[in-house]
Amino acid sequence: MVSEATLDLVRPRAADHGLERLRIGFIPLVDCAPLVVARDLGFAAAEGLALDLVRETSWANIRDRIVLGHFDAAHMLAPMAVAARLGLGHLVAPVVAPWILNHGGNSLAVSASLRAAVDDWGGVEDPAAVGATLKRVVAARAARGEEPLTLASVHPFSCHEQQLRHWLAAAGLDPDADVRLVVVPPPYMVDAMTGGVVDGACVGSPWPSLAVEAGVGRILLATGAIVPATPEKVLGVRETFAERRPEALAALLRALDRAGAWIEDPANRAALAELLARPEIVGAPAEVLTRALSGDVRLAPGAPAIHVADFLRFHGTGPNGPINRPRRVDGLWFAAQMLRWGQTRDREAAFAAARAAYSPAVFDAVFAPPPPAAESVVAPFDGARFDAAAPEAWLDAHPPMRRDEGATV
Amino acid sequence: MVDVTLKILVIDENPVRSAILEEGLRDSGYADVVRLDTTHELLRRIYQIDPDVILMDLADPSRDVLEQMFQVSRMVKRPVAMFVDQSDTAMIEASVDAGVSAYIVDGLRKERVKPILDMTVSRFNAFERLSRELDQARTELADRKLIERAKGILMKSRGVGEDEAYALLRKTAMNEKKKLAEIAQSVVTAAQLFG
Repeated sequence: MVSEATLDLVRPRAADHGLERLRIGFIPLVDCAPLVVARDLGFAAAEGLALDLVRETSWANIRDRIVLGHFDAAHMLAPMAVAARLGLGHLVAPVVAPWILNHGGNSLAVSASLRAAVDDWGGVEDPAAVGATLKRVVAARAARGEEPLTLASVHPFSCHEQQLRHWLAAAGLDPDADVRLVVVPPPYMVDAMTGGVVDGACVGSPWPSLAVEAGVGRILLATGAIVPATPEKVLGVRETFAERRPEALAALLRALDRAGAWIEDPANRAALAELLARPEIVGAPAEVLTRALSGDVRLAPGAPAIHVADFLRFHGTGPNGPINRPRRVDGLWFAAQMLRWGQTRDREAAFAAARAAYSPAVFDAVFAPPPPAAESVVAPFDGARFDAAAPEAWLDAHPPMRRDEGATV
Repeated sequence: MVDVTLKILVIDENPVRSAILEEGLRDSGYADVVRLDTTHELLRRIYQIDPDVILMDLADPSRDVLEQMFQVSRMVKRPVAMFVDQSDTAMIEASVDAGVSAYIVDGLRKERVKPILDMTVSRFNAFERLSRELDQARTELADRKLIERAKGILMKSRGVGEDEAYALLRKTAMNEKKKLAEIAQSVVTAAQLFG
């Protein structure tokens, strides 16, 4: 790969009154907010950094530009940090996730006709109820000899994909047989739903709400409730960058910490929505962005918004401790999902990659480490508790095919 | 040596660019070239076409759809890798810089694919250069029109001839260290405001 020494030569420095320049890639989604706020509200400059934010069109581009050294860091799907280290069928991208950007923010939006198949699907915060309904819908379609439903995520190594798979399996549906799982880039979701190419999509804010506003989508489930209080996007950093420029990385984490605190203050929501609404950032109406930031989810066009607690969290403390601090158990959980669903096979390598990517060492060196947690677990909605001490045991207990042992039906 | 047996799929929303690339590949002896200009049900269509090499515009969000082909699960018929060799950074850099991504069926030897990638990179770069030149030509034309209008305004308001109006614009541009077109633009804007 490109040597760090070469990059040091070409990297412009001291151009902005002595600020150190960092190039960071992002995807137009609400959860790029900490990066935008850090740049635009001066939190980065106060730490001696000038952030060059580069908008990208795909997660694949984000990863490739990290590999090539075009980016020092990037807005990344949380499981991607593990997948990239493993180089699954692809270039190995040695990245670490020293900072969690956010928890939550994804929803499952379905076509109006799928929504209309059942009167009452269950609550938008109740994966068990909506899953049980979906199982009945899938069974009824199969009995009528209809095509299986097609559900989309945004990338094979995303929380969206993992949420859908875990939720379907918990409902007694085989994600690889009872439905079709595909990837649809969010900008194409409305078209794909209109054309009947997909029946539903698990996507990050603001896309589900934009599908509702377009009259095409109906929101069924806030999918953050499937595996609550776990990372959604992370700051993915080149490992060599983290090793060679620890001061710059520490400064970036401090800037993101202040940006996160600003974002989490409800008084700043309107201003934040305006910042994100700009065409060069997310390019969506500020009103839709405000709702996503407040966790007010409008399930159907014109319907009153329903408040979903902890829909999207950027800062502070959650049930699993400080939101922004990487936990190895979260990385292990992501690796376990990839193993369970056959995206990779080598358990030892996957768990090693997870432990390396989700090390809290940098965070703990920059901030006061939190008191040691009593337990290190991930607790999905169906009680399939995942313990960092025994990831292998969880995998053995959760084989890919669960069609005959439905947990909730 | 060109390996003409390889099936090549070109995915590009820009029909002109993909036609240029197809022509280049065919001229080099690759007869089996398929073009897709739509992203509708992309993965299914890729499986139908079953290519050895996929060339895709880097700016296309559908790159994430193709990522599914990296999986090892039974959903994937032929595992696909991006690029041939982890160590071949130069080839990867050249592709990314040219704005193209390449996916290759796992196990294909580097020598078989390299001429295709080289051709793709050079055609993408040539297309980019042409687009830039076209943009530049358009800008120059627009600038010339703007300068004509500014000259006309000056001739009328100052009662001077064409040469003198032009000299006036040029002198102002030189004094203010600005481009002639910028001065012309401010003359036109001022005329609109005060006229």
